[in-house]
Amino acid sequence: MDSDLSPQDKKDLDKFIKFFALKTVQVIVQARLGEKVCTRSLSSPTGSDWFNLAIKDIPEVTHESKKALAGQLPGIERSMCVEISLKTSEGDSMELETWCLEMNEKCDRDIKVSYTVYNRMSLLLKSLLAITRVTPAYKLSRKQGHDYVILYRIYFGEVQLTGLGEGFQTVRVGVVGTPIGTITLSCAYRTNLAFMSTSGLKCTACKICHYMFSHFLPYPPYSPLRTAPIMGIIIDHFVERPFGNVGHMHPCIYRAPGEDEGAYNGVEDSQEVCTTSFSTSPPSQMGVPGKEGGVPQQVPVQPCHGAQAEHRRVSSCPPADHVPATPSSSGEDAETSSRSVGVKSGSPCGLLETTFTRKVGAFVNKPGTKVTTASLDLPFAAFAPRAYDLEENDPMVQPPESSATSSPLQGSLHSQGSGESGGPAQDDFVMVDFKPAFSKDDLLPMDLGTFYREFQNPPQLTSLTIDVSSQSMAEDLDALPEKLAVYEKNIDEFDAFVDTLQ
Amino acid sequence: MNCRSEALEVSVEGRQVDEAMLALLHTILLHRSTGKFHYKKEGTYSIGTVGTQDIDCDFIDFSFVRVSSDELDRAIRKAVGEFKDAMGNGMDGMGQISLEFYQKKKSRWPFSDECIPWEVWSIKVNVVNLANEQERQICREKVGEKLGEKVINIVEVINRHEYLPKMPTQSEVDNVFDTSLKDVQPYLYKITFQITDTLGSSVSTTMRRLIKDTLAL
Repeated sequence: MDSDLSPQDKKDLDKFIKFFALKTVQVIVQARLGEKVCTRSLSSPTGSDWFNLAIKDIPEVTHESKKALAGQLPGIERSMCVEISLKTSEGDSMELETWCLEMNEKCDRDIKVSYTVYNRMSLLLKSLLAITRVTPAYKLSRKQGHDYVILYRIYFGEVQLTGLGEGFQTVRVGVVGTPIGTITLSCAYRTNLAFMSTSGLKCTACKICHYMFSHFLPYPPYSPLRTAPIMGIIIDHFVERPFGNVGHMHPCIYRAPGEDEGAYNGVEDSQEVCTTSFSTSPPSQMGVPGKEGGVPQQVPVQPCHGAQAEHRRVSSCPPADHVPATPSSSGEDAETSSRSVGVKSGSPCGLLETTFTRKVGAFVNKPGTKVTTASLDLPFAAFAPRAYDLEENDPMVQPPESSATSSPLQGSLHSQGSGESGGPAQDDFVMVDFKPAFSKDDLLPMDLGTFYREFQNPPQLTSLTIDVSSQSMAEDLDALPEKLAVYEKNIDEFDAFVDTLQ
Repeated sequence: MNCRSEALEVSVEGRQVDEAMLALLHTILLHRSTGKFHYKKEGTYSIGTVGTQDIDCDFIDFSFVRVSSDELDRAIRKAVGEFKDAMGNGMDGMGQISLEFYQKKKSRWPFSDECIPWEVWSIKVNVVNLANEQERQICREKVGEKLGEKVINIVEVINRHEYLPKMPTQSEVDNVFDTSLKDVQPYLYKITFQITDTLGSSVSTTMRRLIKDTLAL
C-alpha cells in the first residue's frame, strides 16, 4: 500500500477505478450492439455522468460487470477482460477480440488523483470510443442479424488469448498512471485470414465467409487484381469450443429497462457521487469535489431493431424440450417473428425438429378459419420437416397462455397458432401450399408462389450445353485456321475496341 | 515550450476527401474537447458532459466517433469544404490541412494577443483519380483501413500525455479554450491548409483561415 496516498485520495482512486471499469465495459458492449450510438452533450453537469462523458448504462451489462468483478477491483494480476465473439445461427462460434483492462506495478506517486487521474481516465474512454470503431469486429457487429450475432463475456483474472487464433494483433488504447499502478487498456483481435470452410454456401456460417470474402474481394473474386482479404473467418464445424463457459456469453443486445424483469439493481451505483467539480486553486486549498447524485438518470430506450432483439438464440436444436423465445423478444413485431422462423427452419437438425413458431408472416393475409397443414402461412414451409405425432406435444404449436404478451398483434398470433389442426402428416415430408410472405393469391391466376414454383428449376441455357456427340477435338482444331483468318481480317476493329476499354 | 507536431498522410479519391478529413479532425477534436466549464465560488468549477455520436462514411468503408455538437461539426465542415474547394474538383493533387491548438498570451496594448501553438496536426492528402468502378471499390476499403490506422496513431499520440495547457482560472479560460460553443468546449484551435499542384512545385496558394474569430481588436 502506498503510504503517500491520503485516505480520501485512496477512496477516490478506488471509486474512479471501479467506475472506469464499468464504463469501459459499457463502451465496448455498446459498440458491438450493431447500432450507431448517439448521446447528447449537456452544458451543465448532471452529477451522474462519470468522467464528463455521456455514456449510457445498460443495466444488464452493469450487472454482468459487477458479477464478474465480485466486489474486487482490477489490479495487479487481476485483469478485467471483455471477450467479444461471433455466433452463427447454427451454433458455430468464434472469438473475435478480447479487451483487457490491466494494471502493472509502475506507480506515479506524484500524480493528482482527483484531477489528473480522473481527466486521463476520461481521455482514455474517448480513445476507447474511437478504437472500438476501428477494429474488425465493429463492421461484423454492424451487420449482425439473421446469420450471426455478436456475444460478449466478462471475466476477471488472467487474460486468455488463445481463442483468437494465430497471428492475432494487439492495439493499445492507452494508459493512465496512478499512485498504485499504471492502468493499461488494450485490445487483442483476431486476424486469421484462413478461409477453411470447404462446403461452399450450404451452411449459414459459410454464407458469412462468402459475405466477408466477397465484401473484401469484390470484382471478381478470382481476378488477378484482387487484394488479400484483411480478415476472414475460420469455421470449424467439428471443433469443440476450447472453453466450457459458453453459457456465460451474452448477446450484445439491448433490452429496454421495462423488460429486464427488475433483476438488476445496477442503477443504485449510478447514484454514487461522480466528481464533477474541480478546483483551479493549489492542491492544499482544493474544494470539496462532487455533488449529490440525486435521482439516477433514466436509461433511455434505444431503438431495438428487429433482428437484434432476438434473445438467446439457441445454439443447437434439441428436440422437444427447446425453450421458446423469451417473452421480451415476443414484444417485437411479426416481422421479427418470421425472421426467427427463417433462421430456425433453415437449420436442418433432423426430423424431430419442431422448434419453429407457427406465426403469420408480416403483411400476409390472415388465413381462413379452417387452418390446415395444407394452408399454413409459414414461409418456406415446404422445407420444414415435421412429424405429426410431435405436433400435439410441441409447445410452439399450442403455446401456453402467456401473460407476457406485450402487443395485441402477438396475442393474435398465438391464437392463430393454437387453432391449427394436425393434418394427415404421417409421412416425413408434407406437401403444403407454398405461400410466400408479402404476396396475395386471391386475384391473379399467376401469383408469386406459382411463379416461383414454375421457374424454380429453369432449364440449362442452350449456349452452355455441350453436345459432345456433335463435336470433337479434331473438328475444333480444323475450324481454327478459318477462325484465325477472320480475326486477322478484323484486327483493326478489335484494336479499336481494346482502346475504348482503356 | 516546444510545440508538438504530428503528421499524418492519406491518399484518397476526390469524393472521399471530405469524409476522410472529417474523420481525422473529429477524432482529434474528440480528445481535445471537454464539457463546458462552470465556475463557482472558492475557485472551483464543474464540467459539463460531452456526448458522442457515430458517423458512417458514405464513400469510405469507415465509421468514426465525433463530439455531439452541431456547432463544432459545422465549423469543421466549413473548413474542410474550403480545403476541398481549394483542391479543385476531380483533379489529382496534393494538399495539407493543419489543425493547430494554441494558447493566447495577452499582450499589452497596442500589441495584439500572441497565439502560441502547443500541438499541431498536419494531414497530408494525396488526391488520386480512379478510372473505373472496380478500382473505386478497392479504394473504398483501402482508405477505410488506412483511416483506421490513422485513428490508432492519433490515439497513441494523445495517450502519451505530453504537454497540455494548465487548467485556467475563470479570467483566463478564453486564453485556453474556445468558449463560444453552447454545448462543448474545445481547446482553442485553428484550421489552415496549403495546396500544392500535381508537380509538387512551390506552393501555389497559401491561405490562412481563422475559423473562430477569437481575435478582437
